[in-house]
Amino acid sequence: MDYFLELFFGGLTRGSIYALIALGYTLVYGIIELINFAHGEIYMIGAFTALIVASALSLMGMSGWSLLLLCGIVAVIYSAAYGFTLEKIAYKPLRKAQRLSPLISAIGMSIFLQNYVLLAQTSDFLSFPALIKEFPFMDNITIMRTSELVILITTAVSTTLLTLFIKFTRMGKAMRAVAQDKTMAMLLGVNVNRVISVTFIIGSALAAVGGVLISSHIGQINFYIGFIAGIKAFTAAVLGGIGSIPGAVLGGMVLGWTESFATGYVSSDYEDVFAFGLLVFILIFRPAGILGRTSSEKV
Amino acid sequence: MTASMPVLDIRELTMDFGGLRALDNISIQVNRGEIVALIGPNGAGKTTFFNCITGMYEPTKGDMIINPPGKKMQRINRLKPNVVTEHGLARTFQNIRLFQKMTVLENVMVARHCRTRSGIAGAIFRNESTRREEREMVEFSYQMLETVGLGRYVNELAQELPYGAQRRLEIARAMATEPFLLLLDEPAAGMNPKETSELDQLITKIRDVKGVAILLIEHDMKLVMSISERIYVLDYGQMIAQGTPREISDNPDVIKAYLGEAFDA
Amino acid sequence: MDIDLRQILKRSAGEIGKSSVVALWFMFLTFPIMVMKVNPLDKTILWRWMNMAYVGIGTFSLSFIWRFLMERKEMGATKDEAETWQKRAGKYIRSDKRIYVPCMIVLIIFALYFPFLFSSYQTSIMITALMYVMLGLGLNIVVGLAGLLDLGYVAFYAVGAYFYALTNHHFGLGFWGALPLAGCMAATFGILLGFPVLRLRGDYLAIVTLGFGEIIRLILENWNEFSYGPSGIAGISRPSTFGIQLTLQQHTIYLYYIMIVLVLFTILVVSRLRNSRIGRAWIALREDEVACQAMGIDKTTTKLTAFALGATWAGFVGCILAAKTTFINPASFTFMESAMILSIVVLGGMGSIVGVVVGAFFLILLPEYLRAFSQYRMLAFGASMVLIMVFRPQGIISGIRQRYEFHKEPAEEESL
Repeated sequence: MDYFLELFFGGLTRGSIYALIALGYTLVYGIIELINFAHGEIYMIGAFTALIVASALSLMGMSGWSLLLLCGIVAVIYSAAYGFTLEKIAYKPLRKAQRLSPLISAIGMSIFLQNYVLLAQTSDFLSFPALIKEFPFMDNITIMRTSELVILITTAVSTTLLTLFIKFTRMGKAMRAVAQDKTMAMLLGVNVNRVISVTFIIGSALAAVGGVLISSHIGQINFYIGFIAGIKAFTAAVLGGIGSIPGAVLGGMVLGWTESFATGYVSSDYEDVFAFGLLVFILIFRPAGILGRTSSEKV
Repeated sequence: MTASMPVLDIRELTMDFGGLRALDNISIQVNRGEIVALIGPNGAGKTTFFNCITGMYEPTKGDMIINPPGKKMQRINRLKPNVVTEHGLARTFQNIRLFQKMTVLENVMVARHCRTRSGIAGAIFRNESTRREEREMVEFSYQMLETVGLGRYVNELAQELPYGAQRRLEIARAMATEPFLLLLDEPAAGMNPKETSELDQLITKIRDVKGVAILLIEHDMKLVMSISERIYVLDYGQMIAQGTPREISDNPDVIKAYLGEAFDA
Repeated sequence: MDIDLRQILKRSAGEIGKSSVVALWFMFLTFPIMVMKVNPLDKTILWRWMNMAYVGIGTFSLSFIWRFLMERKEMGATKDEAETWQKRAGKYIRSDKRIYVPCMIVLIIFALYFPFLFSSYQTSIMITALMYVMLGLGLNIVVGLAGLLDLGYVAFYAVGAYFYALTNHHFGLGFWGALPLAGCMAATFGILLGFPVLRLRGDYLAIVTLGFGEIIRLILENWNEFSYGPSGIAGISRPSTFGIQLTLQQHTIYLYYIMIVLVLFTILVVSRLRNSRIGRAWIALREDEVACQAMGIDKTTTKLTAFALGATWAGFVGCILAAKTTFINPASFTFMESAMILSIVVLGGMGSIVGVVVGAFFLILLPEYLRAFSQYRMLAFGASMVLIMVFRPQGIISGIRQRYEFHKEPAEEESL
């Protein structure tokens, strides 16, 4: 039973991270119908930035929660900045182009960012400091680690904040308007460019949070983690229904548990195959996802 | 006129999109060589009707039957769009859907696909029968372009054509599939009076020379009245009138549908 | 008319201001990653301030160029201009026999004598370039002609390679026997992988094919009993020479000529396919799937033939790879490979044969000859894909379709 619970919470943790990244995918897709292939790299850059800042700050003697918080904030700011810039360079000029163009541009950007970090830093795995201190009350609990608890709580809080934001703020309403009908929103006075930028910023910020947390949890990062995490998070977003926020979270959880239980009970070598297989399966049989609605093309 | 089966026989066609009933028990017949018009205010369901009979949407209820001249009766429910075209129903689109990056000639040649057969082996080895078929395709397509008056544009890219020519190319393309029934979706949209009267002559010529029946959706009343033998009127998915042009123009329901309650005929 | 000096100065100041802002932004943006480098061993940080200067100056200058090109793009200048000079250059070279024929002759002689003019190593590079030409032409069928964005093309490449490797290893099947069979095997996989994705739209199709590609690679990596896992298969036979003994260098030359023949064959077949009934069906599918169906084309069959035919070439090249390096392992078949082949098609111009050839040579040979910059190769790939899409989506060589049909009126030439 213990093993089962371990896998359960492990899956929940994975799922949370996937959810955080998936939210970025789903927000962007909802607004401009583009799969931001480079989103995984934003996550990776968030992790790297946190690592670099953490190393610098710990040399100066900082540690503990303040270190984590500061790293997190800096990582979020930087990832948001990268996301913002990314959109302006690679996607904005292609808003009116055919569907294939922005996707190819996104792939190009993903490759560029991966190699940018590779060349500017290193191809080695860098060890990430364990920024999350163990809670004393967790010492007796074996099924879950402190870092896992922190991840769960952070994800829950972030998702709630995001949902409230979308529902009740002016910008949130503007985002929903643009997602439904860009032209109309523009005619009604919504600054579509700004809405799109904000969407990218929020999505990137969430990815950065995910990046910092999972890196503290796992303990090491390298320039390639964005690719795999990106594909899996995309799987999660599609699984739950692309364009839907609860869908991204649901999809993340389903994927997380699938992976966790599959690797725990079946085989750990084929971990990625399960994720890709799930992706392929969902896209073929129910592309709208669990919570999504099928849309038809107007002839 | 022989008392034969209508080439197009649609009975009680109903199309629901979730809770919205776009078409409600619509019955329409087109006889061989007839020119029939389908009119109605915007959103009445006319293009939806076309999409149903060409196989793009699956209707909720109803029978769609065709009687191609010289062939057996065929029920076309649930057939894929390309199969419907193979049977002899061709259409044009409300928003022009030409193959932009292909030349005018190639656009028409593509439409010959379902009437020709050469495959991969033929393409690679270019044997005699493939080459002959290719020559015939070019010849046929060129003749079709001449018929609609686009002969001089053969090697232009479709996207370079002026608007009126693009509309005519759509018609040429549809005609190249050798249909017995041509579905025209607002062929006169955006045309000036001169172009419209040329279109009038073109449609009549197609019917007279090729024996093709025509069902057209149109808003241009002058064209409709001039060219149609019978008219069906749709409003909010329902058939509110049908008859000769004379009968329709006098029909108070039709006038009300187009101009609203407040207007006193 | 007086030149208003103040206006010019004002505008220049504005432009400089904009670029300065951009430069500062990028300096901020890249600060942690470019400037700070963590040394995990001594726990120190290396501060590379020079990088910040480079970034600043680089982005400052680039932003001028970017804005300039953007303005031109917005005014639609690029499209018309390029089309004109290319069409004219192309027509000129092709129509004027005095230029065309000598050019071709020189090219042919150069190609034939290449292995004797250059070292074995260079020949080997050229073989690789030719392999990518074939791969590019194959993917061109799927992406360029039919408009199906296949990000998992490398799967078919792997199928071809492993087919030969395994049949050679277990049954002793030789290269010449395996080559056509590898193509068939890949085509079968093309259909298998094509079936499930028939209904999918552009982006989703791309991701699913990516998924397929990765699944196949992961299976090859982990299913040791079948594929011998990450260590791969070694000792694969080279193309047989019918009893004649050859040295390693001679084998390379032999393979080079085989490649030349195969590439010519590929170009012939692809160009014939393109100008045929099936080729037009593919292009119609790409341009407008709905209208394509309305014109009587079965989109299922058309898509599957595109996948199958495209995959066949990858199968051939896979077989060649196995024979060339006599060793294969799953690491050669990553997503990055698919992306590279895709960038060849994109760079060269979707649907254009000449473009793909040029693109392949460009992307393979350039890094070899600019050895100093080889580590920036992938960086350049990524950047060029973005830049091409933004500024020149139709690719380097191909303008908008340059096709003419045989026709009754003043005869037009049929061109590639």
